[in-house]
Amino acid sequence: MSIKTGEGPDIRSSRLAQEDYSKNFGDIHPPLASHEAYVEADRCYFCYDAPCTVACPTSIDIPMFIRQISADNVKGAAKTIFEENILGGMCARVCPTETLCEQACVRQEAEGKPVKIGLLQRYATDHLLEEGDKVFERAALTGRKVAVVGAGPAGLACAHRLAMHGHDVTVYDARKKAGGLNEYGIAAYKSVDGFAQREVEFLLSIGGITLDLGKSLGKELSLSDLRQKYDAVFLGMGLAGVNSLRAEGEELDGVVDAVSYISDLRQSTDLSRLPVGRKVVVIGGGMTAVDAAVQSKLLGAEEVTILYRRGKEQMNASDYEQDLAQTKGVTIRHWVKPNRLIGVNGKVSAIECEYTEEKAGSLKGTGETFTLNADMVFKAIGQNFVAAPLNGSAEVVELESGRIRVGEDRRTSLGDVWAGGDCIAGGEDLTVAAVEDGKVAAEAINAFLSR
Amino acid sequence: MADISSNFLGIKSPNPFWLASAPPTDKEYNVVRAFEAGWGGVVWKTLGENPHVVNVNGPRYGAIHGNDRRLLGLNNIELITDRSLEINLEEITRVKKNWPDRALIVSLMVPCEEQNWIDILKRVEDTGCDGIELNFGCPHGMSERGMGAAVGQVPEYVEMVTRWCKTHSDLPVIVKLTPNISDVRQSARAAHRGGADAVSLINTINSIVGVDLDLMAPTPTVDGKGTHGGYCGPAVKPIALNMVAEIARDPETQGLPISGIGGITTWKDAAEFMVLGSGNVQVCTAAMTYGFKIVTELAEGLSNWMDEKGYSSLDDFVGQAVPNVTDWKYLNLNYIAKASIDQDLCIKCGRCHIACEDTSHQAITATVDGVRKFEVIDDECVGCNLCVSVCPVEDCISMVQMTEGTDPRTNKPIDPGYANWTTHPNNPSAVKAAE
Ligand SMILES: Cc1cc2nc3c(=O)[nH]c(=O)nc-3n(C[C@H](O)[C@H](O)[C@H](O)COP(=O)(O)O)c2cc1C
Ligand code: SF4
Ligand code: SF4
Repeated sequence: MSIKTGEGPDIRSSRLAQEDYSKNFGDIHPPLASHEAYVEADRCYFCYDAPCTVACPTSIDIPMFIRQISADNVKGAAKTIFEENILGGMCARVCPTETLCEQACVRQEAEGKPVKIGLLQRYATDHLLEEGDKVFERAALTGRKVAVVGAGPAGLACAHRLAMHGHDVTVYDARKKAGGLNEYGIAAYKSVDGFAQREVEFLLSIGGITLDLGKSLGKELSLSDLRQKYDAVFLGMGLAGVNSLRAEGEELDGVVDAVSYISDLRQSTDLSRLPVGRKVVVIGGGMTAVDAAVQSKLLGAEEVTILYRRGKEQMNASDYEQDLAQTKGVTIRHWVKPNRLIGVNGKVSAIECEYTEEKAGSLKGTGETFTLNADMVFKAIGQNFVAAPLNGSAEVVELESGRIRVGEDRRTSLGDVWAGGDCIAGGEDLTVAAVEDGKVAAEAINAFLSR
Repeated sequence: MADISSNFLGIKSPNPFWLASAPPTDKEYNVVRAFEAGWGGVVWKTLGENPHVVNVNGPRYGAIHGNDRRLLGLNNIELITDRSLEINLEEITRVKKNWPDRALIVSLMVPCEEQNWIDILKRVEDTGCDGIELNFGCPHGMSERGMGAAVGQVPEYVEMVTRWCKTHSDLPVIVKLTPNISDVRQSARAAHRGGADAVSLINTINSIVGVDLDLMAPTPTVDGKGTHGGYCGPAVKPIALNMVAEIARDPETQGLPISGIGGITTWKDAAEFMVLGSGNVQVCTAAMTYGFKIVTELAEGLSNWMDEKGYSSLDDFVGQAVPNVTDWKYLNLNYIAKASIDQDLCIKCGRCHIACEDTSHQAITATVDGVRKFEVIDDECVGCNLCVSVCPVEDCISMVQMTEGTDPRTNKPIDPGYANWTTHPNNPSAVKAAE
């Protein structure tokens, strides 16, 4: 079979006029104006045992906060939200509400138009962050100290709740900024104007939380040291490993890990300096795949294709995200897998794909192949937990399916160590679920420390 | 097509929709625009003696809004016309001459002295207007000066002034009643005794529409102070309907024509006033909210409904609901109804459950066999209609009459006969059947 390769890699920056960058990466959902919020709030029925609240992983009292907006008590609404979910501002932006609260909303069943819970939540939380009012007080100081590893949603939520209970918390993170995926992951158009950092500042304003950044487990820190120095430890370090394609040519230039590309994009102060391919192929079917694809397109890539080895229904990205990708001009091809990456002078120029099918429960190539030209290929086929840094401690933290095993209260196999977020077995890859882990763990730690 | 032309006290108008005495009828300019838009008649903004009154130069209105700023209730502290009597009379004369087919009623308010009424009546008659309306209702400002509601609240004054007007003028006299009394029938009876050709009601209701929590003063606020105003608009309709019905079914005022006023916004509101005994209706707030064009909807809607029901003229339905307004004690206590939820329409909001559970009779489930489901428990349901009132889905819950068998709540067999409180065993003063 003769292989038709591309014209040669075309990866460059400044594909767009300067003003188009700010236009493309502006807020994807403009916030509600106050009258809009008032009218939308009036649509809520204040349901009994509200299905939206049941559907919310952090159990925010949604009808109550909507009622508070309706009653012109926006600060109270924000407090209702933050009491259950201290990252309620980011969750309002990134939660797949269409599969959580808004799917459960009775107005979805009634008329296919749920109350815009996410936008209302954003309205309330934005208001409070702008006003800068202090709504949380710390309980009397206990003198107990807790170490939190990882300043992502799980770690921050845990730290806040512990600080509220009067404990002193030190939060470590390997990166230079706190926020975890809120700061380094997540599409830029969902978190504009440095929102992640503003929310971190708000969260820290309670006091009692010390950030110690640029330190990671297995290097500057060891679990056994932390256990010695602190009364309890919470692990929320997320997933450090990237799944490999296990396809020939993976090492070629232009084959990029989507997670680190998105991180570069989020940290970029001038998007016009971020190189992107003319023809981009993204391999994967989750949120990261969609975020990488859509943002490549917004950076000026001409053709962006997502390749996913199974069908639309099996994609981890929600229907809403898939629609978003398509409206932004991304092509999604299902039942296709990469066979090998083809390079010119060490740089990727094309990708050979094979159609797939499911037979007797297992996925197989059909043998039929085709080749797509590609200047850049993103790997977005998931991440894995790197357990090595946990080692070295005398006792071993038990794993389950490659991640940390925890109980109902998020306690690990070690009596004084809790964990939450993506690094635990059953972690859902959802900001809101990580927040809930942190909250539940903090309550358990508090009970443990108050014995 | 149904005939919606109206003949009220012999005053003809192409439809039964008049604009009530208020800002919409304050000037020739407004009234001509109203007639061009199709209003059947107007009651001119209340005239008073010279020197004319003055209004505040700050805000006169306050309002209650729904979340989308729908105006639900309006409050005002405006007085009677603040233009000279001469200008008003001149304009009235000209408008009536130019619009002979429309009803033009002149509203009046002068001090409670016979001579004052004699003087103004003469001048009003010269305009060629169709009738007069006595404003005994204005609840603010004018009442402080012994007029308006200050008269309307004393039946003897109502009777006396009405009689003066009937004595000194040949014009039909409509007496406009204030709702700021405990029994509106007393005022209507007084007007009737004084010879009134009709009563109109309601005028506005004493109200403080809101308080500015920063200024610590009622709204609307004039230089830091507020005063009570008169409340009107959709919110007052239920109060007005009741007062109309009270008068319509009072044997002492039987047959006394009524011009219905209070919150009328749509044709349906108008029809409700009319079936409760109003020969015609007057509108103010709806016009002030949406402009004169709404009369098109009023007229079309009423006429369509009449066609559907086979009514060919207004007389066919005016007063039709009056016989069905009764006292509580005559309601049939043997009538048993139970709520019934249409599970296909139910969206599972749970409002019916929590309303019944927290504040009524614990007669609606929240779960059935562990699954979220809202079902009526007939054993507990007293048929109160609260769930129907709070359910957000129209027609999802209905009250179904039980016609046979046993009421599972009381374990008593359904009695097909009629029995009311007057004969109920629990009534200490029940009429005992002869042994
Ligand atoms: C179903 C119902 C029954 C009521 N029964 C009484 C009563 O027996 N005695 C009383 O003083 N007020 C009674 N009220 C009036 C209320 O106490 C209250 O004054 C009125 O509802 C106005 O308040 P709200 O509109 O803010 O609820 C009743 C109200 C309702 C709705
Ligand atoms: S389900 Fe919808 S209507 Fe019901 S409380 Fe939640 S947001 Fe409101
Ligand atoms: S109030 Fe109506 S829609 Fe809501 S649960 Fe009850 S019956 Fe269903």
